[in-house]
Amino acid sequence: MSAIVEQRSILPDRGSLTSRVSDFLWKHPYVLLTILLAPPLLWLGIIYLGSLFALLLQSFFSIDDYSGLINYEFTLATYRQLLNEANFDIIVRTVSMAAIVTLVSAVIAFPIAYYAARYARGKWKVFFYLGVMLPLWSSYLVKIYAWKLILAKEGILTWLLTKLNLLWLLDAWLSLPVIGGNSLSVSYTGTFIVFVYVWMPFMILPIQAALERVPTNLIEASSDLGATPQQTFRHVLFPLALPGIVAGSIFTFSLTLGDYIIPQIIGSSRLFIGQAVYAQQGTAGNIPLAAAFTVVPIVIMGLYLWGARRMGAFDAL
Amino acid sequence: MTAVLFENVSRHFGAVRAVDAVDLAIAEGEFFAMLGPSGSGKTTCLRLMAGFEQPTGGHIEIFGETAEGVPPYRRSVNTVFQDYALFPHLSILDNVAYGLMVKGVGREERRKAAEDALAMVKLPGYGTRRPGQLSGGQRQRVALARALVNKPKVLLLDEPLGALDLKLREQMQEELKSLQKTLGITFVFVTHDQGEALSMADRIAVFNDGKIQQLGTPEEVYKQPRTRFVADFVGSSNVLPPEFVKQLGAANQYASLRPEAITLGRGGDGKLVLNGTVLSRSFLGAANRVLVSVNGTKINVMSPATASIPAEGNPVTLSFDRADLHLMDQAS
Repeated sequence: MSAIVEQRSILPDRGSLTSRVSDFLWKHPYVLLTILLAPPLLWLGIIYLGSLFALLLQSFFSIDDYSGLINYEFTLATYRQLLNEANFDIIVRTVSMAAIVTLVSAVIAFPIAYYAARYARGKWKVFFYLGVMLPLWSSYLVKIYAWKLILAKEGILTWLLTKLNLLWLLDAWLSLPVIGGNSLSVSYTGTFIVFVYVWMPFMILPIQAALERVPTNLIEASSDLGATPQQTFRHVLFPLALPGIVAGSIFTFSLTLGDYIIPQIIGSSRLFIGQAVYAQQGTAGNIPLAAAFTVVPIVIMGLYLWGARRMGAFDAL
Repeated sequence: MTAVLFENVSRHFGAVRAVDAVDLAIAEGEFFAMLGPSGSGKTTCLRLMAGFEQPTGGHIEIFGETAEGVPPYRRSVNTVFQDYALFPHLSILDNVAYGLMVKGVGREERRKAAEDALAMVKLPGYGTRRPGQLSGGQRQRVALARALVNKPKVLLLDEPLGALDLKLREQMQEELKSLQKTLGITFVFVTHDQGEALSMADRIAVFNDGKIQQLGTPEEVYKQPRTRFVADFVGSSNVLPPEFVKQLGAANQYASLRPEAITLGRGGDGKLVLNGTVLSRSFLGAANRVLVSVNGTKINVMSPATASIPAEGNPVTLSFDRADLHLMDQAS
């Protein structure tokens, strides 16, 4: 028996303040929970939801065309304005871009995420995480300007394709209506490429997390029961990865809907929702219309999640 | 007809010889057990039959057809996985009907087949539930139904009872056995539980270090273990060293002696007798296990609960029939 440790079945109170605080919190676990959760909840509740509510409220006001002052009377006129041809074009353009970016991101991200979840081990896994996350550590603006240099007419891509005698391919692509343009850096194609590049980590990581949770023996069981790899993908792997794909698509979709920097630097000069919001609340000073524009992504994301839920995307959660 | 044939089959993972030159012939309709400790190669053998692994050497046939290079989905072999591997996003009915669905069987037909299969494993009407809502034993039955609905030529079972509690395990053992008799399908069963293998199988292959140590009926394997490993692993026999055996008047060889073949006290005429000291005793219910030291060699004795046992430290006399002393191969 040790002489240092007194042999008692119940140890005495150590007497210090911290030990008394520990005892108190152990007896009242909800106090600790309240202390930990109250600040962020207040922040979310007041600052975030409060300002969101204030914004929504703004969208039901209108602006006086002559004085430029806000008319604080409830009206749906601002929302009607969204359906003007010019404004509606902005919405359609942004939503289409977000949808295509999301779809292509998912298609590119899936094999990468699958490799990382199934095969990468040890240092390859570290390499994967670094490869996916490293771009996130550098400035978003630097990356976009780098892409501008890559995609510009005098840029590295044109140079490379010239060396490969494939410039005609780029020219053919750029001569296409809508998606083409003078060069990639001033076309929708360019905007699309940069969107896909910048949001890719947000698609890869949730899919990888979802695939990591799929036990290998489910894949084996499917194969054992006679399913070809294609059928296994369709009936087992894809449904089980779907929550991850949906999570990733929420990121890519909503980030594309709200972004106003990428289309400003790379692309044709036609506006996206983010740019419209920026312009309306800034130079134009039309806060109600800016607010109404902001409501669009919120409604679209709501509809998207509702649809995903109805299609059973979250059944495997 | 031979259901599964292994000719000199090996599966090496780098320097690790998971399965090493195994020869095996499982007859049609047989209940075949592969028994061994973890890492002995029994599960890899099962995975070679299912097609999840490909042999690095040798030849595999399933009902006379070459199986190496054939993917799992083209084998008429189905597996009941250790942790069942039910699809969590599908209902029980869709789980059971999965094999028929991917083979293009019509909706109505496969629903009926799946319901019949669920009835067969005594889970009628459970089709609408999800795997997460069932107990371990019920999931086990669903996994069985999901495999059997495909009418496989060979059913592989990978430690299917390992996760169940004792009572349920014993019940499932009997059900599996009778199911196998009724269906007449070849069952290949992997287990590390020697009791399970002995009570269920028609024949047992005992694995160690990627090799088959002994292949025979449960009685043969239990009563006439060929190697020290088998004697030790199957039925926890006493393994007696050569010097000891020689003193008993037998050959200079390792021998096995089953604990229940030994009686405490002097037996009848013609019995071999040993004198030793009681080291410990433990009460097992129907019997007492007594550990006796005979000149330093420890011998386990299984004595009926009715027999009286000397206290620890006291001298004791052991006796047994010479016929129960089973000489083993010199190797291993």
